[in-house]
Amino acid sequence: MDLISDRGRRVPIEDLNTTRLLDHAAKQARDRRYEDVLIVDCDAHHYENENLSEIIPFMENEVFKQLSLSSRTKGRGHISPVGYGWQDMGGRVTRYPMRSSEKTPVEKGPKRDVELGFRWMDAMGVDYSCLFPTGMLNIGLHPQKEMEFELSWAYARWVTEKVLPESQGRMYTMLGLPFSDPEGCLRMVETFGDRKGVGGFMVTSVREKMAVYDNAYMKLYRALEERGLALAFHSGPNWNSSTFQSCNRFISAHALGFSWFSILHCTNWVVNGMGERFPKLPVIWIESGLAWIPFLMQKLDHEFMLRPSECPLLKKKPSDYMRDMFYSTQPMEIQDMQALETTFRMMNAETQLMYASDYPHWDFDLPSTIWDLPFLSDRAKHNIIGGTAARLFKLEPRNEAQRQNLIKYGNYRGSTAAPARESTPPEPAL
Amino acid sequence: MGEQYVCKSFEFKDGERRIIRIGDDEIGVFRHEGEFFAYSNYCVHQGGPACEGLIIARVEERLRPDKTSMGLFFSEKDMSFACPWHGYEYDMRTGQHIADRRVRLRKYQVLQKGEDIYVVV
Ligand code: FES
Repeated sequence: MDLISDRGRRVPIEDLNTTRLLDHAAKQARDRRYEDVLIVDCDAHHYENENLSEIIPFMENEVFKQLSLSSRTKGRGHISPVGYGWQDMGGRVTRYPMRSSEKTPVEKGPKRDVELGFRWMDAMGVDYSCLFPTGMLNIGLHPQKEMEFELSWAYARWVTEKVLPESQGRMYTMLGLPFSDPEGCLRMVETFGDRKGVGGFMVTSVREKMAVYDNAYMKLYRALEERGLALAFHSGPNWNSSTFQSCNRFISAHALGFSWFSILHCTNWVVNGMGERFPKLPVIWIESGLAWIPFLMQKLDHEFMLRPSECPLLKKKPSDYMRDMFYSTQPMEIQDMQALETTFRMMNAETQLMYASDYPHWDFDLPSTIWDLPFLSDRAKHNIIGGTAARLFKLEPRNEAQRQNLIKYGNYRGSTAAPARESTPPEPAL
Repeated sequence: MGEQYVCKSFEFKDGERRIIRIGDDEIGVFRHEGEFFAYSNYCVHQGGPACEGLIIARVEERLRPDKTSMGLFFSEKDMSFACPWHGYEYDMRTGQHIADRRVRLRKYQVLQKGEDIYVVV
């Protein structure tokens, strides 16, 4: 297949085969004997927008379903907000434009998504991955809360009934919540929280207005905490946001956006004492890298000492609450090794950090980004690369060597069940 | 030191690239404006196949004398190749990262003996 280069020049590139593209990742996995280590990827993606014709029929409301089906006819229109930007960097990241050239035994649908997932997981040495959508990460920008609910609901049904069952237990998910609709969120947790492969729920944090501390959400957090489910905030960019309108390059909106939405919502979460209200609720901040964490810890601790009367629920410093929460690694800023080491120390990375690839997105990280760090103890490496997630999501080792390593580093105790509970009876057939 | 045969020069058109594999080693060989260049195919970032991605002219921002920007342009003379994993962009002639010259791919010498092209390994 040809890619378009400068001045319309065409450059031939081999058709995409994920296994072949990631051949060097597979070599890393062999060299480092990853098969002996349980590796969990806490943030990986598929392109659910390629399967909308399968997802839309799961929408509940007949009017919105009809609107969506009609809008999709002959490829017209978008039914959910589209984030713009140059993710593929003009084709430099070849797997974006080449995506359709990849051959799989089944051309379309859940089987293809799972097959592609297995290709990169096997190449990288990943045992389990937490599967998230791509396009629907922008669902929080939809102006109609009804559509936000309908799409979140439909995706939840499709992914738990059609996709995860194909994954031989190697994929799990944290389902996106229609956060504009607190009652709808609760219904989602009550309906899907016990389904196989559901390790928690996720808030797409790209939202212009979101009050995570609003009383309307307390039932939701309680429901998650009671069920032992995690609450994740998945960040992203929004170049269209008024905050980023002055950014004339995607690099600016992207670098700032991913950090900004976590900084914003984490601040509101912490200063409103959510850690005191729901101390057993595991909260995970996903895909903002790590550099924002020491910044926010220092900034909030500094102001908290001056203005504690504005945060009367807090019984310790904001950074202490931040150290009670979890973070995914990617995209990890490996620029200044001393700064990175300090970041790991400040956040208690050994127990709070979990590896994530974000594959197939453009700035994915391999497990070696953790495994090769010169300052980590063996315990920290094993915990971050999979042990902590194994405990949190109750993931089983896939061989005896992995089991021994989980035991050695104290991560085996929780690994006694599949990532989710038994499946509840599915919704009525379509 | 040895020489690894690549191909006949007439088989290797300008603008093309070839990947040669020697055991675990992989070398990307490019023909650009009549010259041959060879680099390790292991990206210095995370080890991706650095030589297998898009070959594309360097992007420049041109300024007027008063420092106002004229915008973005493709370079008339500088060519890059980009690692397909995350886009690290390397200078075709030097193998240096275009944003940080200290970051560079291992460079190999290319020999032409008659019509035969070799890489010195
Ligand atoms: S591995 Fe080459 S750009 Fe990342």
